[in-house]
Amino acid sequence: MRITQGTFSYLPDFTDEQIKAQIAYCLANGWAVSVEYTDDPHPRNSYWEMWGLPMFDQQDPESTMRELDECRKAFPNHYVKLNGYDRTKGRQTTMLSFIVQRPKNEPGFALERAEGPDRRVRHTIRSKARSVGQA
Amino acid sequence: MAGNNTSFRKKTRWAAGVTPYAEMGYYNTSYEPKDTDLLCAFRLVPQEGVEPIEAAAAVAGESSTATWTVVWTDRLTPFENYQAKCYRVDPVPGTDQYIAYIAYDLDLFEEGSIANLTSSIIGNVFGFKALRSLRLEDMRIPPHYVKTFQGPPHGIVMEREYLNKFGRPLLGATVKPKLGLSARNYGRVVYEALRGGLDFTKDDENINSQPFMRWRDRYLFCMEAVNRAMAATGEIKGHYLNVTAGTMEEMYERADFAKELGSVIIMIDLTIGYTAIQSISRWARRNGVILHLHRAGHGTYTRQKTHGVNFRVIAKWMRLAGVDHIHAGTVVGKLEGDPNSIRGYYATLRENTLDANPSLGLYFEQDWASLPAVMPVASGGIHAGQMHQLLHFLGEDVVLQFGGGTIGHPDGIAQGATANRVAVEAIIQARNEGRDFPNEGPEILEKAARWSPELRKALEVWKDVTFDFESTDVPDAVPTLTI
Repeated sequence: MRITQGTFSYLPDFTDEQIKAQIAYCLANGWAVSVEYTDDPHPRNSYWEMWGLPMFDQQDPESTMRELDECRKAFPNHYVKLNGYDRTKGRQTTMLSFIVQRPKNEPGFALERAEGPDRRVRHTIRSKARSVGQA
Repeated sequence: MAGNNTSFRKKTRWAAGVTPYAEMGYYNTSYEPKDTDLLCAFRLVPQEGVEPIEAAAAVAGESSTATWTVVWTDRLTPFENYQAKCYRVDPVPGTDQYIAYIAYDLDLFEEGSIANLTSSIIGNVFGFKALRSLRLEDMRIPPHYVKTFQGPPHGIVMEREYLNKFGRPLLGATVKPKLGLSARNYGRVVYEALRGGLDFTKDDENINSQPFMRWRDRYLFCMEAVNRAMAATGEIKGHYLNVTAGTMEEMYERADFAKELGSVIIMIDLTIGYTAIQSISRWARRNGVILHLHRAGHGTYTRQKTHGVNFRVIAKWMRLAGVDHIHAGTVVGKLEGDPNSIRGYYATLRENTLDANPSLGLYFEQDWASLPAVMPVASGGIHAGQMHQLLHFLGEDVVLQFGGGTIGHPDGIAQGATANRVAVEAIIQARNEGRDFPNEGPEILEKAARWSPELRKALEVWKDVTFDFESTDVPDAVPTLTI
């Protein structure tokens, strides 16, 4: 399955040129760009691993692309995303976040059901993507 | 210009009997509103023979301390403080209407109570015989009063962080037909729409607990659908479970059940009343559940230009009362809404500080003192082919709800949902790349439709659908003169 988190998951995967255009958009807005990766794309996993710090002072999309390339090279079979962060008052949050690399095979999620009384079912979603031995 | 009140004989202020409101201190052009004052702009049409200034003073009087005759007990109070003061009256050129600006002292209002605020400002005065009609156009709420409310239980930023959805409008759909589906069939629509790419589905305002579908059955099937769709997409999904009911006790029971089933969001209708809204808002904050408000019934008092309450005021009250979502117009859809007025509503809900802006219908500045923002919801007669216009008019922090525009897709509900999601992402990508998306929108969508059969079909079916009617209410826009 193809997980559809992120701003652009319903579009065909972006080329590097298209990724660079989005980075340029973030920089033009004064947002810091960051790279994060994970092998656990559970929808409630808020904390993907940080590939270094958010690039607060980086103004050049090319350099940001180089960081991204480093990350993709180090984790060729992980999910990798780019985030644009706006620190301005009242916002102080992520403004753009999209997946720029997926594992070759996306195993998806299992839905577990714990049946209870009164027809209640407690649903739990489990990542199948998490590789064995890294739990 | 002073009031010319020929119908009354001059008498001293405290003599028993009837004295013109304007002479009792309710009209005072030299009054300078204080930063802590609450200010109102009323559009009024006096009855024939009633001077506009006296009519405006009467509004100030009847919405604060006055009664129809002089009472000596006023003299036991620092009445000057408690009297509302009309400090300006402007004619609206080319009409029989006037805009009256009235200042109210902060002490007139109980902290954190929309019921008290509205009982004061709109409690009696709208039935006042000396007026032919009266409309509350805008209200400046001083930060001192804003700070007595907590506002939205989550707000736009928290909602996005909670849902892990950034950089694009959220997408929703109201389940249709809105009445008559069994709970199991209803849940099918929810599942298909969410797995196809929508973020939310929604109960309609009149889906509560009817004989064909009781609330508990609906909640169970809907939450199965939500969880299945989450597993199928890896995204957080929600269905606005409407908890509107006849009593607060019943509403809390439904809300608690929704929470126990893991719903991220519940829904209420405006018809439940201001105090009920504030109560369920507290519940929503305490339980970490997003609160969606459907503005059911508002058209009865917001739509007519000369009588009622402008929706921008309702929007302000709801931001104070504390809802996370509120329906606020589409511009391009099937429901009433002038584009400039709607821009004004959206700004009122989303911005932290606003300047007065007559072209948007904003009579006053407004400082929200960092009160969280409300996510506006655009719903009613919109479809994927309008995506560029929707983004242009409404911006990014909005829920776009395509009910018919999802469920009416010829290939199925999930395909309808995918068409909407592809369209919004394609337009956002183009906007971020610096394209002139309002003008190039049709071309951008056509290009995406070449690889997305879902979008192609949607564009074919709905390409010519527009709702182009004149608005019944637009801002005056012309600069007005002071009399």
